[in-house]
This record gives sequence, C-alpha cells and structure tokens, in this order.
Amino acid sequence: MEIPRHWRLKQQRYSLVGEVCPHCDNKIFPPRDVCPNCGGEAKELYAFSGKGEVYSYTTIYEAPSGFDTSAPYTVALVKLEEGPMVTAQLTDLDNTPVEIGMPVEMVTRKMRNDGDERGIIVYGYKFRRRT
Amino acid sequence: MTTPQHQPFPTLLKPAKPVGIIGYGAYVPRYRLPAKEVARVWTGGKGGLPIKEKAVPGLDEDVATMSIEAARNAMKRAEIDPHELRAVWVGSESHPYAVKPTSTIVAEAIGAVPATQAADWEFACKAGTEALVAAMGFVGSNMAHYAMAIGMDTAQGKPGDALEYTAGAGGAAYILGPAEESLAVINASYSYVTDTPDFWRRPEAKYPEHGMRFTGEPAYFKHITEAATHLMEAMGTTAKDYKWAVFHQPNTKFPQRVASQLGFSMDQIQPGLLVPVIGNTYAGAAMIGLTATLDIAQPGDRILVVSFGSGAGSDAFDILVTDKLSARRDRATKTQEYIARRTEIDYATYVRYRGKLAMK
Repeated sequence: MEIPRHWRLKQQRYSLVGEVCPHCDNKIFPPRDVCPNCGGEAKELYAFSGKGEVYSYTTIYEAPSGFDTSAPYTVALVKLEEGPMVTAQLTDLDNTPVEIGMPVEMVTRKMRNDGDERGIIVYGYKFRRRT
Repeated sequence: MTTPQHQPFPTLLKPAKPVGIIGYGAYVPRYRLPAKEVARVWTGGKGGLPIKEKAVPGLDEDVATMSIEAARNAMKRAEIDPHELRAVWVGSESHPYAVKPTSTIVAEAIGAVPATQAADWEFACKAGTEALVAAMGFVGSNMAHYAMAIGMDTAQGKPGDALEYTAGAGGAAYILGPAEESLAVINASYSYVTDTPDFWRRPEAKYPEHGMRFTGEPAYFKHITEAATHLMEAMGTTAKDYKWAVFHQPNTKFPQRVASQLGFSMDQIQPGLLVPVIGNTYAGAAMIGLTATLDIAQPGDRILVVSFGSGAGSDAFDILVTDKLSARRDRATKTQEYIARRTEIDYATYVRYRGKLAMK
C-alpha cells in the first residue's frame, strides 16, 4: 500500500495544481519548488487550465500491474497551454484515431486500485479530446 | 382501535432568507447501451422497451469522477471562489466506497477544502434533492453563503432484470446562494415521505430488488402527486402557472402519466424528460432534468421539480428563473451537448465496463 504517496500527490493529480515562478513567471508541473527555467525558489501554487495538445502518444496492450484491467489504453505526452509537458492516459477515445496536435482537456478519472479491490481507489488526471 | 391517518402538515419549507441556484452543472458519460441490445440477450428481442438507450460509465468513471465534472461545470457558471462553499454534499446510491465519503474527493478536486461540510447522502433516487433541501436550509439560515448539492449515480441493475434496461448513469450539481445572486430562485419546497418498501438493496447484495408493480401506485405515483399537490396548494398555483415541469423518471411512461395526473402537458415536461436517451440516473434523474430545462428556460419561467426516492419519498420545488440565467448558462457544457457525445456499445462491452465479469 502506498497511501501516504497518493495522499501527498492528490492536489496535483486531481486538479493539475502546479507552481508558478515568482521570478520569471514560468509555470511548473509537477511542482518541485525550484524553477527549472531560472533556478529561483518557486513555491506559489498555480492551477493549470487543463487545456493542451497531444505531443506524442502510444497504445499500451501489455499493461503493467494495476493497469491490466483497463488495457488496451493510450498514453500521451500532453503539451499544456501554459508550457509544461505531462505524461497521461487519454480517455473516452471512442476508437477514433489519435493525432499529434489533437486538442485535449483534463478530466479527473479513476487510475487504478491501490493493490487489489480492497485498497483505496487512486484518482488522477487523464485527458480527453477537446470538442 | 382506529388506524391513524397520515395527515400531511401543510407547511412549506421556506428559508428565512430567500435562496436560489447560482450555478449548475450536468454530467452524462458518453457510452450508450440500446435497450434493444438488452432485449436481444435476455428475451430474444421480444417485448416492449421502456426507453431507447441508457448512458453507461466508462471503465475509469464512478460517482466521484462524474460528480467532479458536474461540480466543475457548476463552478464555471457560478464564478465563485471554491473556498466560499461551506458544504459539498453528494447524494447517490452508488458511492464508490461503502465507508469513506465521495464528497471529500469532490471537495478536494474543486478546491473547496478544508473549511467545508462534506457528506454523502442516501435516499435511493432522491438522495440528491434531499441534499438540495438541506443546502436551502444551510444558506437560508445564513450559516453559509454558498452550498453545493450533487445528485449522481451509476445505477445497478441485475442482469436480465427489468431494471437492467433503464439503470443509467449521470447527474447534476447545484450551487445554492442568496436569491439576489441567483439565476433561479427556489421559492419553496415540500417533502412527502412514508415507509414504503418498493425498492431496496441489502448491504451484502450487489444488485437491488424491487416490488414489481408495487413500485407504481403506492410508491412513485402516490408520493409525487402528494408532494406536488401540497406544494401547489400552499403556493396557490396550478399546473398552468408553470412553464416547465420535471418529474423523477424511472422509465418513459411514469413521468408522462404523473404529469397528466397533475394537469401538466407533454410540452411542459419535454425539455427535462431525458430518460429515453440516458436511462434512469437515479439520484441524478430529477436534478439533470432540471439542468436540461435551465439550459433552455427564459427569465420569468416558473419550473416545478418533483423527485422520487424509493423507500419512499418525494421532494417538490417551486423555482423561478431570473434574468441572470442567460449570461451564465453558456459558461459550461450543456446537458444536451453531453447527451450528443455518444458512443454506442454492445452488451458484452457493457458487461466489461460495469464489472459484471467474475475475474477471479
């Protein structure tokens, strides 16, 4: 069980809460308290819009443990409008092809169970096609 | 010994401070199971169908994720700081956990924590409107400036049972606040409740049981007509005073019939009658019927909403649309837009999505 880790990450996972650098206005995700752009301290929270586009993607057929019940699924590198790139599952794809540059929006969905079905349910961000 | 008569106390629930809806949001998952597909598997395609199709949640959806999306839509329309919400209440009969609140997950995701009430409500299909009445009291007593009430379900139906045709998924979130800020004022509500065992699920059971025809006259029709009649009598209104009406909708026939019994036309219930295309969304049903109606209503329109929850009871609401609605409704995805996002699935996919396969 990894309850403390899931609990610690809930804000960023549920609602894409990262940080903004007070020195250079760089938007940071995931939050790391130090700006990767200017090296200054950056602890101010920033809620991302959740809008972005697919930078690249792949479809997983042989899923790692914990994700096997949802295979096959597509994972993408999503370039957020505010700058950072995040790795996330795409959802509600409706068997239509994914395209590089496809506009997407963040939704909060079930990721997996922590352990088996007796464990906590882990929720987090995924992206779906933006209409 | 004489049998005591149930005499409804004819007093409306009316808050000391006028209260209204300042934001609302719907959610319907995109997958659709046609009723004819259920009939194909269980009756050889024979027999009448209670609806056209029902909404089915995806593999990664549950009442928490669906409530989060509806709540975010309500927040977009309300445009308030989430920390001003002093309650996040989720009514459902399909909470993801038996013990652990759905509402804390929703409150965390929309940024309403930590200075807020959070609780899960249960009363079969009227758990959401029960929370709505409580939110009226919370705001109307000045304990809170804003409070959120959600009705959301991923309803369960036993394979092959009559309910499997209709047990759908979806619902809506409402933010209540002072009437002067609202897009629709809730003039008053009235609740009518008795111990009537028409539908139930024991704690260890995966699927609910129901009393077949007993779910009709003594349960659905009795409670809805009593709640609506007493509300209208006390308000001094008749069906003609309302532009629109929304009734709980377990199938297509029941809300049409109860509307006729109360003097409402099919035109009055048409915008909020979603059961033919998304199924019975249980705790979400009356509430999402109202979001679809608010999506098309005009300032000055009066709306009657009557929920029904098995067990049994009804909450009736008298609602008046204000001139603030037009500017706010386009800020979030509309109910019909969610319904239009449609992916048809077959029975086998439905069985997988709803976890009906024993994997070990």
